[in-house]
Amino acid sequence: MILQPLPKDIKIIGFYLGKIILGIAITMALPILCGLAFGEVNPAVDFIIAIEISFIAGLFLMITCRTDEDLNWMQGMIVVSLSWLVVMALGAIPLYLSGHWKSFLDACFDTMSGLATTGLTLAQDIDHLSYTHNFWRHLIMFIGGQGIVIIALSFFVKGFSGAFRMYVGEARDERILPNVIHTSRFIWSVSITYLILGALALGLTGMASGMKPVNAFFHGACVFMAAFDTGGFAPQSQNILYYHSFVYEAITVVIMILGALNFKLHFHIWQGRRKEIFKNIETVTLLFTILVTFAVCALGLAQSGAYRGALMFFRKGFYQLISGHTGTGFQTIYAGQFLTDWNNLALSGVILAMALGGAVCSTTGAIKMLRLGIIFKAFKEDLKRIIMPERALVVEKFHHIKEVFLDDKLSRSALMITLAYIILYLCGALIGMFYGYPFLSALFESTSAAANVGLSCGITAAGMPAGLKVTYIAQMWSGRLEFMSVFTILGFLAAFIKGKK
Amino acid sequence: MKKRFLIAFMLLGLLICSRQRCFAQATSSSELIKNARFYDGQLVVYEGEVIGDLMRRADGVWVNLNDGPGAIGVWMSSFLARKINYAGNYKTRGDRLEVAGIFHRACLEHGGDLDIHAQGINVIAAGREVSEKLNLDKRNLAVILLGIIILLWISTLLRRK
Repeated sequence: MILQPLPKDIKIIGFYLGKIILGIAITMALPILCGLAFGEVNPAVDFIIAIEISFIAGLFLMITCRTDEDLNWMQGMIVVSLSWLVVMALGAIPLYLSGHWKSFLDACFDTMSGLATTGLTLAQDIDHLSYTHNFWRHLIMFIGGQGIVIIALSFFVKGFSGAFRMYVGEARDERILPNVIHTSRFIWSVSITYLILGALALGLTGMASGMKPVNAFFHGACVFMAAFDTGGFAPQSQNILYYHSFVYEAITVVIMILGALNFKLHFHIWQGRRKEIFKNIETVTLLFTILVTFAVCALGLAQSGAYRGALMFFRKGFYQLISGHTGTGFQTIYAGQFLTDWNNLALSGVILAMALGGAVCSTTGAIKMLRLGIIFKAFKEDLKRIIMPERALVVEKFHHIKEVFLDDKLSRSALMITLAYIILYLCGALIGMFYGYPFLSALFESTSAAANVGLSCGITAAGMPAGLKVTYIAQMWSGRLEFMSVFTILGFLAAFIKGKK
Repeated sequence: MKKRFLIAFMLLGLLICSRQRCFAQATSSSELIKNARFYDGQLVVYEGEVIGDLMRRADGVWVNLNDGPGAIGVWMSSFLARKINYAGNYKTRGDRLEVAGIFHRACLEHGGDLDIHAQGINVIAAGREVSEKLNLDKRNLAVILLGIIILLWISTLLRRK
């Protein structure tokens, strides 16, 4: 029997949602500082309006739903999934006010794309977008990559047991440190250290490439945020092709790979335990899948005769592949070139890479390496059971920070999430086909949205049907939260309608 | 009669001069990208606004030109790039250039970039600074919203009392 949620549940959800909204409102002060620094008046006013609306919404929820009670699992999951939708709407306000997005839905699309670190965009005339709005586009990737709730946990929550429930709801089920708030702070300290180093490297390269110092460092910071958080936005409409620089591309490849690694692995590397990189099941699987998908992609590209020479293969073939595999979505070719220059085999290689993703507890989306490694080990275990004598005791284990014995619960969970992702990719492709796009293009774009990648073969444009925009928003949202929070909110709505008092 | 002839002669002279300064019909970025294999290695005319930075390298300059639907990188000599005064961004409209050059689907010289190697350029419209005025509707909305926040704040204080 399903029970209808109590008013108390709604109050608790509303109160914590209000807290998260206030947290996001405060982060909107950063673009205002950027606007003031560059002397951009109207863009700064856009953000003042957005902050005010967010404050009103947050304060209203906190006043009307005031409570001292802690969150339970169900409430924590719902707060997370709702906060992503609410923050999407609030974060879209300044973008829409800039006039560079044709509709509020388009602005919401880009905000969700940024928060979920996807990188698909419907923006118009990015080349004339203000520094202020451009900074916000990239900042939301940084915020979304670390996790909206992590901001609240790091800065606004002094410590409560519901924190872990929200942390898990945001698809981060691994604690690096015993305390979840310390874990959030560690994630921030890693990200900010890399931000300084990465922005400096990209800024200096930009200057060496002929950019003005201010632009070079602004682009460096933005591109770093997009690369490390495996987002994929860039300050100019040509994405990474704008820079026409091999060194710039090589640095972004390193940052993208760093972003695709588990924060837990970063912690161990920071602690001096570098051997973990070579032993960890995730890094081993990542290396293997990169080699396999690149082999498929390279075969396809060789067949199509699109590129000649090793340098071209690296800058055009390997770059798009690693960008897709890490879930970043940076492009050094135009979207249309995927269909005109690449054949179906090369496209399939990229689709496969996008579908697999990076490490768990990183900023990438998709199935992820740990799950893939576990599934592989489970298959190996079953094969051994068939081959070996019946009396033999078959035990399979893998190394992920420590030695872990493979059990059925782990395998089932990995298979369930993998299956959910495959269904999500196919559903999006079916809807794309319903709107008249060919199968492979529809699958490419759907996988890119659901796996939070951001590579586009040209379907994502302001002129695409509104139904498809909503589909991709839903895919980005559920793909980023890895289904659990989304299923919980659907269950909550069902209980609200059908449940008994 | 003499005067009319003179005017007609001058107009004809102007027309010839202006035609000499224009290249053939420009091809759009979307057309070039869509049919890149067809245009590969051909002399094309492309028209667009200079955007971002002029990226000076040892042996030339990268200029990105946006024609509306998209932007394409144009590789030109420093001598040609001297004609450019404005590059477009939020506060500037860049010079509008007409470029005649060789189109590459995957340039061998530049690691496979889709680009145009300019042989000649014309500035067909000069860029300018864009002055920014405060949008009064936005300002008024911001003031009204601030009032609502203050009211909410006061109501919280009264509730506590």
